[in-house]
Amino acid sequence: MDPINAPEYSDFRREVRTWLAEHLVGEFYAHRGVGGPTDDTAWDVRLAWERELSKGNWLGLSWPVEYGGRGAGLAEEIIFEYEYARAAAPARVNFQALDLLGPTLLAHGTEEQKRRFLPRILAVEEMWGQGFSEPDAGSDLASVRTKAVLADGEWHIDGQKVWTTFGDRADWLYVLCRTDPDAALRHRGLTLLLVPVDQSGVEIRPIENIARSAEFSECFFNDARTTKDMVVGGVGNGWTVVMSTLSLERGSALMPMQLAVEREVGELIEAARHSGALDDRRVRQRLVDALIGVHIMRSTNLRVVSDLLGDRSGSTAAATASKLFASTHHQRLGELAVEILGAEAIFGSDDNARKLFLLSRAETIYGGTSEIQRNIIAERVLGLPR
Amino acid sequence: MALITTDEQEALRDVMRGFLQKYSTESDVRSVMDGDDGYDAAAWRTAAEQIGVQGLVIPEEMGGGGYGFDELAIVMEETGRTLFPAPLLSTAVLASSALLAVGGSQAGELLARIAGGDLIATVAVSEAKLHWDPDDITTLASESGGRWALSGSKPYILDGAQAGVILVAACTRAGVSLFAVESGADGLSVDPLDSMDKTRRFAAARFDDTPAVLLGGDGSAWETLSGVYDRALAALACEQAGGAQAVLEMTVEYLNVRHQFGRPIGSFQAIKHRCADLLVEVESARSAAAYASAAVAAGADDASVAASIAKVYCSQAFYHVAAESIQMHGGIGFTWEHPAHLYFKRAKSSEALFGWPADHRDRIAKLIGLV
Repeated sequence: MDPINAPEYSDFRREVRTWLAEHLVGEFYAHRGVGGPTDDTAWDVRLAWERELSKGNWLGLSWPVEYGGRGAGLAEEIIFEYEYARAAAPARVNFQALDLLGPTLLAHGTEEQKRRFLPRILAVEEMWGQGFSEPDAGSDLASVRTKAVLADGEWHIDGQKVWTTFGDRADWLYVLCRTDPDAALRHRGLTLLLVPVDQSGVEIRPIENIARSAEFSECFFNDARTTKDMVVGGVGNGWTVVMSTLSLERGSALMPMQLAVEREVGELIEAARHSGALDDRRVRQRLVDALIGVHIMRSTNLRVVSDLLGDRSGSTAAATASKLFASTHHQRLGELAVEILGAEAIFGSDDNARKLFLLSRAETIYGGTSEIQRNIIAERVLGLPR
Repeated sequence: MALITTDEQEALRDVMRGFLQKYSTESDVRSVMDGDDGYDAAAWRTAAEQIGVQGLVIPEEMGGGGYGFDELAIVMEETGRTLFPAPLLSTAVLASSALLAVGGSQAGELLARIAGGDLIATVAVSEAKLHWDPDDITTLASESGGRWALSGSKPYILDGAQAGVILVAACTRAGVSLFAVESGADGLSVDPLDSMDKTRRFAAARFDDTPAVLLGGDGSAWETLSGVYDRALAALACEQAGGAQAVLEMTVEYLNVRHQFGRPIGSFQAIKHRCADLLVEVESARSAAAYASAAVAAGADDASVAASIAKVYCSQAFYHVAAESIQMHGGIGFTWEHPAHLYFKRAKSSEALFGWPADHRDRIAKLIGLV
């Protein structure tokens, strides 16, 4: 019933489990469940952990061997992520490169770019940040104005990007630029450029988020430079490349999210048991609803993963719907956590519930707002007219 | 409705869909609604002869199809789409599951009659409540000279008036036990109820020293019934998921053709975003129903939890989609002529059948040790 528990993968699963048991120890063990896509907590420990993973050759499992990966299949990748989340290993810090830029380069990058960048991502030598959104280009990404002009064999970049996760830690940025301001269709004149951070033309200023963590940044480009060959996917093809980055349908990313939420619900139940709140039927009913949400995430993930592994497409609609479901459900869980822990979460110092409550607000915004998700579902899945 | 369906199962879905397109059109549904029988005997017979729907999970040696719950789940999803008005949930799920679990020659004879399409049967458990709870059973069974007789009442029996045999949960000195009562037995009165959802029939029954046959062990029926309950919940969830999907499809079709202010109303974002949320609910309902069916089929440890979860989620999703469907159809959706109300009523009656979502949250809380 559970495709990833199929016997043909049991050797691989054992290998993952054994490695995690042997290496997720000491300081790393103490930081189980720490960090996330909008949480830079315990950065140094997490960075050290990522290098440990690199030594074990666990990063970029599905990337080709010639670039430092293992050339493994989707099933192995899913199993690894599942076991990783089950062990509650610390959240990886360079996910921008591992989950987004790396696969984008594999699909659209030149051979030189792959050889230059991919091994260093897997060796945790270079960190990456994303330069897509701008102050006036959020959901309407095609209206980016950051300009890039080719002169004397170099790109000259001027403009501003924002919401760059872990931007102040980045060595390189992948930046969506307008290279042809005259293109009749505004998404035609865009190009994706790889830009080094260490230069006078790039300034990165951290922004404090709702929980007062400076996890994202704004990036200013003032005649910033990058060499001519740092174009991904060809000049003028930026929109196509970026759309494929944003739509990377990663079955492997679904399981960890679900397991993390499952763990949070379990912790909340224990907290409610401890405080006596569990004696209240209304609280129990709401906790059961929280569990039902996790169960649905799991059931949908199993459908999607089964389809991915079997190369079928019956659950495409479910895959599209899963981000909207998970983000909404996670916010409700944050609200419930604050309600159950009550005064301690609001007036006292219970940081866990508060963090869940605050940070989950980002999930309906990043990676395409819920409103954009609804447009996509309505038009592309249901076929409603534009 | 398994998590992954085989090509053979998809072929069964096609066969079932073809059958329903012929025998469960909107006008078929409406003519059954207007009649007293509660189902179309000719369609019922055809279903037995051409597909063997009634005996799908009954072993081949008893004349059935010998399939598993995964196949039954697919059939239920399809019947849910068209609101097929027939005593299938009672006969092919409730009664068949109970009889298969009980075993023995008497059960075997009844199963053979079901598989042949010759017997409609149902199970009567709940009394004051809608969900199944052993403490709710007050109907008493007493034995005298080797013969059992029942006294008590069951107020809402699914397809109670259509059934040739009612399997009744009653208390003996040893505990909850299961009895077969033939329609027309002495001291049995069955009154059809005028339910809101005419596509599904209910009846109230009174037992006054009514002769009955004990099936299975005296006092040991509750474990059997718990398994039957899980199967019924999973099957109902599939039906609800199918209904929810069909009513969303119907609504989206209308939103594409209905024009106001010079454009299709489906192009308005106020409508689109609501439809997108409904799609999320429909897909989530399908996931919950599929997981529950797979868990029940495999006899997994979490089958009861999964079945109640599916019951909660699919009940709410189907009702929400059906209610939104009426709103998005506007005035025409409020008319008797339009099918929106058929789904709306079916959604509400299904939400109550076998217990409300709140009852199942309590059941889940108990099963996972919150209380």
